[in-house]
Amino acid sequence: MHLQDGGTRRLSSERLTLFLYEMLRIRATEERIGQLVESREIKTPCHLSIGQEAIPVGVCAALRQDDTVWGGHRSHGHYLAKGGDLNAMMAEVFGKATGCAGGRGGSMHLAAPAQGIFGTVPLVAATIPMAVGAALSAKLRGTDEVAVAFFGDGATDEGHFHESLNLAALYRLPVLFVCENNLYSTHMMLNERRVKDNIVESAALHGFPGLVVDGNDAVAVYQATYQAMERARTGEGPTLLECRTYRWRGHVGPALDLEVGQNRQQDLAEWMQKDPIMRLRERLREEGLSDADFSEIERRIADEVDAAVNFARRSPYPDESDLLHHVYVSRRGA
Amino acid sequence: MRELTYAQAIREAHAQLLAEDPRVFLIGQGVWNPWYAGTSLQDLDKEFGRARVMDSPVSENATTGAAIGAAITGMRPIVFHPRMDFMLLAVDPIINQAANWSYLFAGQVSVPVVIRAVINRGGEQGAQHSQALQALFAHVPGLKVVMPATPSDAKGLLIAAVNDGNPVLYLDDRWLYERRGYVPEPLYQVPLGKAALRRSGKDVTVVATSCMAAESLDAARVLEARGVDAEVIDLRTIKPWDRDTVFSSVGKTGRLVIADAAWLSGGIAAEIAATVVGELFHALQAPIIRVCLPDAPAPSSSFLEQAYYIGADDIVVAVEKVLR
Ligand SMILES: Cc1ncc(C[n+]2csc(CCOP(=O)(O)OP(=O)(O)O)c2C)c(N)n1
Repeated sequence: MHLQDGGTRRLSSERLTLFLYEMLRIRATEERIGQLVESREIKTPCHLSIGQEAIPVGVCAALRQDDTVWGGHRSHGHYLAKGGDLNAMMAEVFGKATGCAGGRGGSMHLAAPAQGIFGTVPLVAATIPMAVGAALSAKLRGTDEVAVAFFGDGATDEGHFHESLNLAALYRLPVLFVCENNLYSTHMMLNERRVKDNIVESAALHGFPGLVVDGNDAVAVYQATYQAMERARTGEGPTLLECRTYRWRGHVGPALDLEVGQNRQQDLAEWMQKDPIMRLRERLREEGLSDADFSEIERRIADEVDAAVNFARRSPYPDESDLLHHVYVSRRGA
Repeated sequence: MRELTYAQAIREAHAQLLAEDPRVFLIGQGVWNPWYAGTSLQDLDKEFGRARVMDSPVSENATTGAAIGAAITGMRPIVFHPRMDFMLLAVDPIINQAANWSYLFAGQVSVPVVIRAVINRGGEQGAQHSQALQALFAHVPGLKVVMPATPSDAKGLLIAAVNDGNPVLYLDDRWLYERRGYVPEPLYQVPLGKAALRRSGKDVTVVATSCMAAESLDAARVLEARGVDAEVIDLRTIKPWDRDTVFSSVGKTGRLVIADAAWLSGGIAAEIAATVVGELFHALQAPIIRVCLPDAPAPSSSFLEQAYYIGADDIVVAVEKVLR
């Protein structure tokens, strides 16, 4: 059930229903993870992207399977939207041997190479230059694959971000920089970290397009990505999308972190009115999606999530003998 | 006698330093928020103002480089990195710049900066949130590296580090934050480069760093019940380390176990072992044993974490082996 098809401009109701399905699936999965964190069945730090689902879904819908995505600590959505296996992710979060990193990584380390996910890691901004490298590799290999770097507004504080933009611009690399600006970096709000709310301007400084996108509108995100993909695939180089959104939950785990920031309680209430899922649902209602259709989607997703949790619970823990495996690869590359 | 936790002792050192010396300031991620630093920096911003207690953007390289520049020009900065792993983004200013500066300019310019980083492992945080990288920094001439294991050292070593005049890495351990102990009230210093003899014994020397010092004392109690009298040395400073204290102990016991909760290969324990073998070979009655982490990144799954991390049990096993 995957969306990525290299993108087409036209968005039929069927495709939009898929968008809705993917967003609901990310949310339901993360809500369940949140409950499992609360009941302490899950111990690994879990960063939830509830409220931000339109960004991974809108972006990944415009990608092909061979395009790569690079993310950070808050990457359940990227992994699922790009086609990562839900069972393998859930098992990873449980620390089980069947997890997508064999249980050695946890929530912050997701990988699915066949889907173009070569690893997400928690060090902030770490994968931005790696996406640039993947784009360089695509160019050197003569393919038209595109690399997508997902990162938060906090990551733009780091030198990695600025150096990567320059490098990508200089070599005209097929990379899409997606800043998910949820206004927070742990406990710090954007205006405590920057004098100006102008992340997007970094692109223009390096001579490539930067767009501010409504990050709670999956269609707008899709369309902006679609255009950036065309640019990238035809050799015109990078694009920066600053997707404006809001993090509903706290930095880590399911709590709301209401004590953090300046007006969080009020801002949160306002942003919840802009729920990306409800927004798309309204649009689809006009196109004929009934409440019964919607409930049916929700029910199917609940079953999928249940199945993933059961899979994870039933899976074995890694064996102690696995501790020293994979420190090095045992086989030479071809 | 007044007891504080390790974290409270760190906070008190900061507060007294900030109160005493207008050149001291604090910069780093999370210094306004207990998430990162626990109680170890709690409300310092309220007490001393946010101009001197600065919570920074996610910019390890710039904050560390800036602190070095400020140190060179007359300030006494303390840079805070809430996890040692994040500090690696600041390795250029630390190693290429701060460590070399005095030497480069024939002692005319110095870098009195303290770089504090927290080792915070376990809890299924995985490889990039669990690294204990003391050996990497102890390798570099021009840096000093301290690792307090007790509340009173946590305070006294920070004060000494700020007053040392050199770039000092202060590595505290999140696993120790709730440990309590006697902490004197005044602004006092624990000298850098001086180990502490935590327990005298005649059968075997256990040299430990940071949280392994506490584990070694636990191990010594178990061993005592089995008729083994272990001497426990808490190294406190990793670079330069206190050869005299280690040598005189090993000269007495003839047996050495070294416990350092970092990777085995190329670590602090290897350095101590090589030095002892090189200079005290004839005093040794048994091969030296190192108790360290296996040469693998930290796994996340608690199951694997249990196999990965070391503690008092491992020290007991090692001691019994050197005594055999
Ligand atoms: C190099 C580095 N420094 C600090 C941290 C601690 N940290 C984890 S997440 C985070 C905030 C990141 O904010 P942002 O990039 O905006 O992403 P968000 O959490 O808002 O999705 C920080 C500072 C880290 N993981 N890596």
